[in-house]
Amino acid sequence: MATKSSFTIVGKAARRVEGIEKVTGQAKFTVDLTIPGMLEGKVARSPYPHALVESIDTTRAEKLPGVVAVLTRADVKDINPYFGHCLRDRPLIALDRVRYVGEPVAAVAAVDALTAQEALSLVEVKYKELPVMATFDDSLTPGAPILHPDIQGEGAYHELKKLQAEIQTNVCHHEHIEEGDVGTGFAESDRIFEDVFEFPMVYHYTMEPHAAIAKVDANGITVWSSCAHPFVVRAELALIFEQPLSKVQVLVPYVGGAYGGKSYTKIEPLVVALARKAGQPVRLEQSVPESMLTNRRHSARVWIKTGVKRDGTLVAREAKVLLDTGAYADNGPRVARRAATRIHGPYRIGNYNIDALAVYTNTCPAGSFRSIGGPQSIWALESHMDIMAEQLGIDPLEFRLKNLLKRGDIVKSGAKPMDADLLSDLKQVAVKLDWKGSAKRRTGSGVGLAVGVTDSEAVPVSTAIVRLLADGSVVLMSGSTEVGQGTRTVLCQIAAEELSVALEKVTMHSTDTNVTPFDRSTGASRSTTVMGTAVRAAAADLRAQLIEIGAEILKAKPEQIVLKDGEIIAGEYRIGYTKALHTYFGMPGGELIGRGYCRPGGGMSPIYPLFWETGLGGADVEVDVETGEIKLNRFVGLADVGKAINPPQCEGQDEGAAMMGIGHTLFESLIYDKGQPLNPNLVDYRVPSFRNLPAVFDTILVENQDGPGPHGAKGMGETGIVSPAPAIGNALARATGVRIRELPLTPERVWRALRDKSSK
Amino acid sequence: MAEGRLKAEDRQFIPITFTLNGRAQEIQVEPHELLIDVIRNRFGFTGTKRSCDVQVCGACTVLVDGQPVSSCTYLAFEALGHDVLTIEGLAKNGKLHPLQEAFIEHGGLQCGFCTPGMILAAKSLLEQNANPTREEIIHFMEGNICRCTGYKKILESIQAAAKTLRQQSSGV
Repeated sequence: MATKSSFTIVGKAARRVEGIEKVTGQAKFTVDLTIPGMLEGKVARSPYPHALVESIDTTRAEKLPGVVAVLTRADVKDINPYFGHCLRDRPLIALDRVRYVGEPVAAVAAVDALTAQEALSLVEVKYKELPVMATFDDSLTPGAPILHPDIQGEGAYHELKKLQAEIQTNVCHHEHIEEGDVGTGFAESDRIFEDVFEFPMVYHYTMEPHAAIAKVDANGITVWSSCAHPFVVRAELALIFEQPLSKVQVLVPYVGGAYGGKSYTKIEPLVVALARKAGQPVRLEQSVPESMLTNRRHSARVWIKTGVKRDGTLVAREAKVLLDTGAYADNGPRVARRAATRIHGPYRIGNYNIDALAVYTNTCPAGSFRSIGGPQSIWALESHMDIMAEQLGIDPLEFRLKNLLKRGDIVKSGAKPMDADLLSDLKQVAVKLDWKGSAKRRTGSGVGLAVGVTDSEAVPVSTAIVRLLADGSVVLMSGSTEVGQGTRTVLCQIAAEELSVALEKVTMHSTDTNVTPFDRSTGASRSTTVMGTAVRAAAADLRAQLIEIGAEILKAKPEQIVLKDGEIIAGEYRIGYTKALHTYFGMPGGELIGRGYCRPGGGMSPIYPLFWETGLGGADVEVDVETGEIKLNRFVGLADVGKAINPPQCEGQDEGAAMMGIGHTLFESLIYDKGQPLNPNLVDYRVPSFRNLPAVFDTILVENQDGPGPHGAKGMGETGIVSPAPAIGNALARATGVRIRELPLTPERVWRALRDKSSK
Repeated sequence: MAEGRLKAEDRQFIPITFTLNGRAQEIQVEPHELLIDVIRNRFGFTGTKRSCDVQVCGACTVLVDGQPVSSCTYLAFEALGHDVLTIEGLAKNGKLHPLQEAFIEHGGLQCGFCTPGMILAAKSLLEQNANPTREEIIHFMEGNICRCTGYKKILESIQAAAKTLRQQSSGV
């Protein structure tokens, strides 16, 4: 593979390759597709958080004119109705009981949506209510009813050393990490600090709700889905419906936002089962309220205890992260694993003892959401850091600089050493915030910092194909899903650079698992790094073929060949790719095919993690002491991206992540009362709008070309979400003296805290 | 609602004429039909996106006589006699509108689901106010949510398009 010191396409502000489609309304999302013979699906959902399903009578619904099929548990007896990539704990439709409000109990396929909707009201279900485990406190109470006595084993994609389901205790996974001796560490500490933080449930709000179309016929199963992990969906459908992978085709049109909410398998098994029964294609287009009860981020309670020397040296840490994983495991076990590392943090601390538990409750299943387990743990960790600094009388910036890991330092045994320059990163953020000048600020105004470092969970497995067509244009076949992050543009840039062709020559289409080669998934900030490596390898394979062919045609030695601007050059002789192909195949057709694999130990290190993803943040806030409202004068985000393949897209990712973080910091919270969701709609659940744009919004990209991906790139786009909450919370504390340990920092909560402080 | 499904003989249809993306249309709609469904399902203009269904997110924004409306909560028959513009009607003869160009150039879009509504709302703004301040843009665009970009690059896209449009209208 060519070593590059100068680039023609990589590192440039290339225009988004699908930009024109998206600004003209041509871009098709799953909800925009119509398949011949397609019916509309609607789902009858449980109104109870926990109940036995005693009987389901579909007689009246089936008789309604226009209804083609009504699916219930009676229709899944000939298949494996359970799914789950970590634990196969989730039936595609309720069997003996329901475990959360919104769980599918019956599904209707009808000629139109109104008919299907009306049929739902004719489905008669008798329930027998069961005790509700509304929170993890309920679930962890000794003697609490067991939510999952019937798990069907492990899923194929948990990628954990072992799943530690403590099923008899409602704990779906228990992650434990420890090193050193915390007892000795605390004994040697001068001060010990202990805090408890709360993090709310939050919802992704992908503007396109979950949607899928399914068709089942003699060719097998075909699914069009707004999903980010089509190859995982394929594997799970194959298992459920007992089909070979080759008979399960998953197609992914444009995806209207994902952020983790469309990771792994969601509604696809249900839609396939409904289409199978109907004998016709069926579309299920969920509403936003339905999608709010399909997946969410884990709420958490984080207990953290740290022993420190008088001079500010960290010595020992104990922590326990309780995560509410809802009714089904989904990605909960992996979220628990990341939460554990993330509460350890990027600081030198030899003695630690950390537990993270994903706990079942009777609420909407929680899964992946941009930086899994990160915002929960780092909200606690970075707030705790400031609390300790204040109590020790040390400047929070100095306290962090004293303890932060340097490049090459061990984070934890067996893991990749720190691969970023956190000290200089943090100093850059502090300079932007005018940290030194901030000491002189008046009450009600302040700045705060936070360091977010996460172990990327990127699994290093991707494959790609690059095809050079007879006219010199290039087709890139890669299973990365374009969810808005710009992966198509970035991968086309990588291929074009390697092949020495203009970016416009390269086209990447959406995933069709029947033709697109395997990719683990789109998520975990892995596409540029891992798929990018596979794409570059495929392009390099093609490049080598071009050199060989060119050498033959130009009668030169391969080492004399140079590829430039679509031409093969040997000294003064040159031939264009098109002509070379025609000569090679002896006709104006033919094509060259390059293939690239990325796997642990083959193109990518087997050591975990592939890289440490960094997302530092600084907030400058103004607090209205009369109303409790927090205004952002400035937010500074910093991401170490290794090499920005497309710098403006990197900025856009970081800004978008930060804004989502600002949302869960200031107002986002999905609220439940005894298992009943209180605000599952966009009126009562507010997300950030234009007015939340900080007056000054800076993004700093650090590029040392030292990542494991193509040209030294490393993943980004997730960790920008973790810093806003602690940075803003810390700024609030410095501005007002009020420390709040529970998100979101709503005006009411801030106002009450201010009142309580002044009344003391 | 659930019991409200009408028998075929009881259904009512209202004839309406209106303009859609510059073309005259004459159709029959039922009283309950929403503009978004008529635009998407009958005319196939799927650039108008459905999301929140409650007039909060702006994804379904279309322009009616130049004013942004949420087509998810706008009854189709009310389009009678009006001029409706969807995103498909914005580019003229294959040439993108300056707002469309600016959104691509300045990273004002990611997943693209909010983009049609965002661009149409911005068009309405710039027709009313050719040189809006940052605060005026923020105020006007409050009804359009984007979950991807963090808004900064959308703001910059609108500012850039405003500049281009001003230059075009002054003949520079």
